[in-house]
Amino acid sequence: MSWARKILRVDLTKGTCTPEPLNMEWAKLYLGQRGLATKYFVEEVDPKVDPLSPANKMIFATGPLTGTMASTAARYSIITKGPLTGAIACSNSGGHFGAELKSAGWDMIIFEGKSPKPVYLHIVDDKAELLDASEYWGKSTWDVEPALKAKHQDPLTRVCSIGRAGENGVLFACVINDLHRAAGRSGVGTVMGAKNLKAVAVRGTIGVGNIRDPKAFMKSTAEQKKVLAAHGVTGTGLPKYGTQVLMNVINEIGALPTRNHREVQFEGAKDISAEAMETPRKSDGKPNLVANQACFACTIACGRVSKVDKDHFSVVNKPQYMHASGGLEYEAAWALGAANGVDDLDALTVANFICNEEGMDPISFGATVGAVMELYETGVLKKEQLGVEAPFGSAKALIQFAEMTAKAEGFGKDIGLGSRRLCAKYGKPELSMTVKGQEFPAYDSRGIQGMGLTYATSNRGACHLRSYTVASEVLGIPVKTDPLTTEGKPALVKAFQDATAAFDSSGLCIFTSFAWNLDNIAPQIQAACEGDWSSENLAVLGERIWNMEKDFNLAAGLTKKDDDLPPRLKNEPAKTGPAKGLVNGLDKMLPEYYALRGWDKNGVPTKETRERLGLATAK
Amino acid sequence: MFKSLHIDAGKCTGCRQCEMACSFENYGTFTPAKSRIQVFDFHDEGKKVPYTCTQCAEAWCLHACPVDAIQVDRATGAKVVMEDTCVGCKVCTIACPFGTVNYVQATGKVQKCDLCGGNPACAEACPTGAITYIDADWTGLERMTEWARRLGTTAPATAEPNVNQPTAPQPA
Repeated sequence: MSWARKILRVDLTKGTCTPEPLNMEWAKLYLGQRGLATKYFVEEVDPKVDPLSPANKMIFATGPLTGTMASTAARYSIITKGPLTGAIACSNSGGHFGAELKSAGWDMIIFEGKSPKPVYLHIVDDKAELLDASEYWGKSTWDVEPALKAKHQDPLTRVCSIGRAGENGVLFACVINDLHRAAGRSGVGTVMGAKNLKAVAVRGTIGVGNIRDPKAFMKSTAEQKKVLAAHGVTGTGLPKYGTQVLMNVINEIGALPTRNHREVQFEGAKDISAEAMETPRKSDGKPNLVANQACFACTIACGRVSKVDKDHFSVVNKPQYMHASGGLEYEAAWALGAANGVDDLDALTVANFICNEEGMDPISFGATVGAVMELYETGVLKKEQLGVEAPFGSAKALIQFAEMTAKAEGFGKDIGLGSRRLCAKYGKPELSMTVKGQEFPAYDSRGIQGMGLTYATSNRGACHLRSYTVASEVLGIPVKTDPLTTEGKPALVKAFQDATAAFDSSGLCIFTSFAWNLDNIAPQIQAACEGDWSSENLAVLGERIWNMEKDFNLAAGLTKKDDDLPPRLKNEPAKTGPAKGLVNGLDKMLPEYYALRGWDKNGVPTKETRERLGLATAK
Repeated sequence: MFKSLHIDAGKCTGCRQCEMACSFENYGTFTPAKSRIQVFDFHDEGKKVPYTCTQCAEAWCLHACPVDAIQVDRATGAKVVMEDTCVGCKVCTIACPFGTVNYVQATGKVQKCDLCGGNPACAEACPTGAITYIDADWTGLERMTEWARRLGTTAPATAEPNVNQPTAPQPA
């Protein structure tokens, strides 16, 4: 078994760190990471809890494969109740932190309560202690990580931390590890800030050593790496272009949400695409892209490392942005770019650097700025309020907003509320492009119909990482479906949702699923872990996790009304491109989806469904 | 013919599969902290560099050892730590100019790369060819080939086939 079989419970109120054995009965039913941590969470936390109160908990969880040689075995997730959404939050990150935590001998850390003063958790293998973080409060993630390595005289320590956004209550603050990897969505960094927890610094020298059948594991993982290497997406497209390979593709099919979803195609897409990143700039003759890079154990290496022109307006007198760092990935390039009509690649790169440095989700931030720019153009918001002229396309406003938001200065305080609360505050709730309060990612559901159902039913609010039907509707993986129709999409969404929950719970990266399905991960899990990990069992496990998350949301007070899209996507047809004239057909898909899930017409799991999946009756 | 571990840092993505392969080979666990090859991340330059012992011909570590615990593997040329003999004095760690022999607190001995007896696990695990195990006399061949290609292809293209003749000897 490759679970460490040990969890760390940290009571921030009392300042104690206590090891506990992992509940192995639950591990057999929920595997690890997303699934297992959510099980702990729903058992221990009142669904009605105020997300920013001490009674909320947050769990940092690895999977059984995290820290092993399986390709992409880097992942950890943070599970909590999200302040942006009021729903279950589960934000997944790569880099090296998760593997280091596992290597220190921990499956997960459960944080509860609230520290009376700023602290950080320091772990060296089985030794864990809370230490004073007063000197780091008010500092960015880029300041804290090197400072903690220096303080403990250990450059190999891995750090995750919050920046000023998390301290200042920005509702989409994230947790940054390894300088530029993020547990990004739903405001998990805001919860960390509310608990006065600045950082977690981990050094692990124990490693992962209890693989059930090491020989079978090495054979299986080596075979599956070959599958990734041979596939067009994971072997060529992602390493060469990164996720940014999508920018021109999604624009061409008319599904690139532009200027707060007013349009579905962006005339500047080519200027902020993967191709643009590798083209030498006119200004200094150098390309934006420096290199690609991998997270721990990843043989795909989709990550981008970029560097901007040192004379670009956005970095004047800001040396911290003049060196290379992570990004742009597609979602950030879209949210900071197309969503606001900004086509200045270096400005987007720097806005993304600021998001990493300050610990903010660039998707929610960028999409909220899109709403602000629409409110500005329609005269609802004025320059005097904003502190800057903010028409669509203004790179200057984008950069200024990023700094103001993280520091909660001026109008930045309002942007930090997220799009739903901001649009409601200024009397235009219909202009918020959100589901359950969380901003859309980079696919317009008028041009990719299945994504409308994906967004509406996602348990953590609008999200592409819960059922990425783009794979099928655009890329033809595993089979090509028509992006312009709703037929067959409910079944597609359900299958993707369940499989994704299983992938996430293993500790592997969902990007492998371009080349792998459950049949490819089952033998790797089976070789590593005791239990029956057939593809069929993993699919049921995924469904169990999905229903458990749904139950939590229902108990938290969410209803069928929250499984919905903004009116713009249901009433305003796409203006151009292949989807011209189309709106999203959510109303056609949702009842069929509920029925396929074994839920009643209000989207509540039936008694039979709960019994079939081994879930308790609703609270 | 000996082979060398050859590192082309330009191909490294920083995935650390090599570190896990090394620790699995030597300890049976996935423990990068115990790996004899380490990947260094120079974040501000966007560069990742794997680094390990280059098996010096005249190895400082070997000559410095007071108990002859570092021996040459005749099959591979690797300088190998004899754990039974090593007394953990760490003089080799001082002698090595490159830092690639290190003390292990858990065993009280030093450890360094031993080329896995001729089948280095790190090279086998590397997904991008950043670490290869190749002819020790020709570790530069790939780079030479690339520069030769550039030299050859910078000649102006002509419409004629490129047929070359020996030049006639010039009169004195």
